[in-house]
Amino acid sequence: MSGAAGVIIAGAAETNEVGKLPTQSTLALHVEAALNTLADAGLTARDIDGIATVSSPGPVQIAHALGIMPTWVDGTGVGGTSFLLHVRHAVAAIRAGYAKTILITHGESGRSRVGAGGWRPDASSPHGQFEAPYGTLGPTTTFTIPVLRYMKEYGLTHEQLAYVAVAQRKWAAKNPRAMFREQITVDDVLASRMVAYPFHLLECCLVTDGGGALIITAADRAADFPKPPVHILGTGEASETPMISQMVDFTESQAFRLAGQSAFAEAGATPADVGHLMIYDAFAHVPIYGLEALGFVKKGEAGPFIAEGNTEPGGSLPLNTNGGGLSYTHTGMYGMFAIQEGVRQIRGEAAAQAGEPQISVVLGNGGMFGTAGVLVLGRQPR
Amino acid sequence: MTQAVPGKAVPVPTPETQPFWDGCAAGELRIQRCTDCGRPYFYPRQVCPHCGSAKIEWFTASGDATLYSYAINHRPAPGFGDAPYAIAVVQLAEGPRMMTNIVGVPNTPEALRLDMPLRVRFESAAT
Repeated sequence: MSGAAGVIIAGAAETNEVGKLPTQSTLALHVEAALNTLADAGLTARDIDGIATVSSPGPVQIAHALGIMPTWVDGTGVGGTSFLLHVRHAVAAIRAGYAKTILITHGESGRSRVGAGGWRPDASSPHGQFEAPYGTLGPTTTFTIPVLRYMKEYGLTHEQLAYVAVAQRKWAAKNPRAMFREQITVDDVLASRMVAYPFHLLECCLVTDGGGALIITAADRAADFPKPPVHILGTGEASETPMISQMVDFTESQAFRLAGQSAFAEAGATPADVGHLMIYDAFAHVPIYGLEALGFVKKGEAGPFIAEGNTEPGGSLPLNTNGGGLSYTHTGMYGMFAIQEGVRQIRGEAAAQAGEPQISVVLGNGGMFGTAGVLVLGRQPR
Repeated sequence: MTQAVPGKAVPVPTPETQPFWDGCAAGELRIQRCTDCGRPYFYPRQVCPHCGSAKIEWFTASGDATLYSYAINHRPAPGFGDAPYAIAVVQLAEGPRMMTNIVGVPNTPEALRLDMPLRVRFESAAT
């Protein structure tokens, strides 16, 4: 956006470990991620005047746990993409002068469920009335429903869907922190246990514990921090539906498309400028929908595009280079980890570094194609 | 009508959705439409999602639909027995889509063909 002040990611870090962490609560994971990120930026909690995170525990609890009384608070909670929206809101707050140094945290004991609260839909909510009675059991039984319609309309094959997991495992093999690193084949994926037809176990994300955090501040302070700045060139957010059954068209995500259009327009960039891409992969079809919604390929082309090797190591468009939610980690709200990998790639410090990308794009999903956030990150300001 | 199945999630109606559930109890699929733009919609809401009008009315849909998409859950769920079951989204003849289960047809990929015709049936969840 010409004329608008530049904003950067000045600090970024994850928890010491991700995976199975039965001795740490959700709150403890937030705090560990925050402390690691403050250290990454050479700051202390005293330097933070803005806090953003999802409930629960929520920004008030996180600020208190860190001994901060913030004068800017964002508790936007719209699913796993929320942290991308926090980044967007933080950019606006810094440009408006509402805050100077904003900390965004994620922590989730998604696997071990330590201090993690419950997971029970409200029986009087629209989902509780019009979806849950038909036997939904969370994302595996809802997020998965659209893909058969996509397969019929565009000819996506079971083998192409399975290959999404194969391609991402190739990246995970290069990442020592990834939960699953052994190479797999399409046959392995199709032979894994059926979870919700047509999705096999290896086409569904992991369930793990972990966290991550970010520090957002004005670009004119970039020289004050030990790590190279990651410039936030464009951002977008959108919401489509609270229920998978009410998605406008089961072959495409309106929220992905709208958020992407906003972020690319603000950045003055096109898909051809992008050297690295992260697409929230709760299930194997989500990168397919994401590639098409962001305009990297035309409708119906994403399955073959991935199966032909374009997104794996050595391909033209490095995608989900940490291994993704399918192989790296997925705490339940994965968006923070997608941002973290975009930051590492721009800094040049990723475990599976994909060259020297000048622009990394991160697409986050919230709910079941319910909401989306998109960030365009760059090595250089525009 | 069949007997209530223990363990299934039981919906709790709200005032704006009560006419739908009253319709189900009467064996009728009652949904809403806008009297300004004329388009039907589901789920029940106070405002037309197509044009924003608050001039809406209830009517009884035909009960005819086609199969839009589905997944077949292989994990055990309360009230659904041991066999995998389909969680489907159907498109009503009037246009709106809704989630449902498929009965009277094997819940297998071979038997469940997208766009196959379907007809509404009701199952009691009353206690």
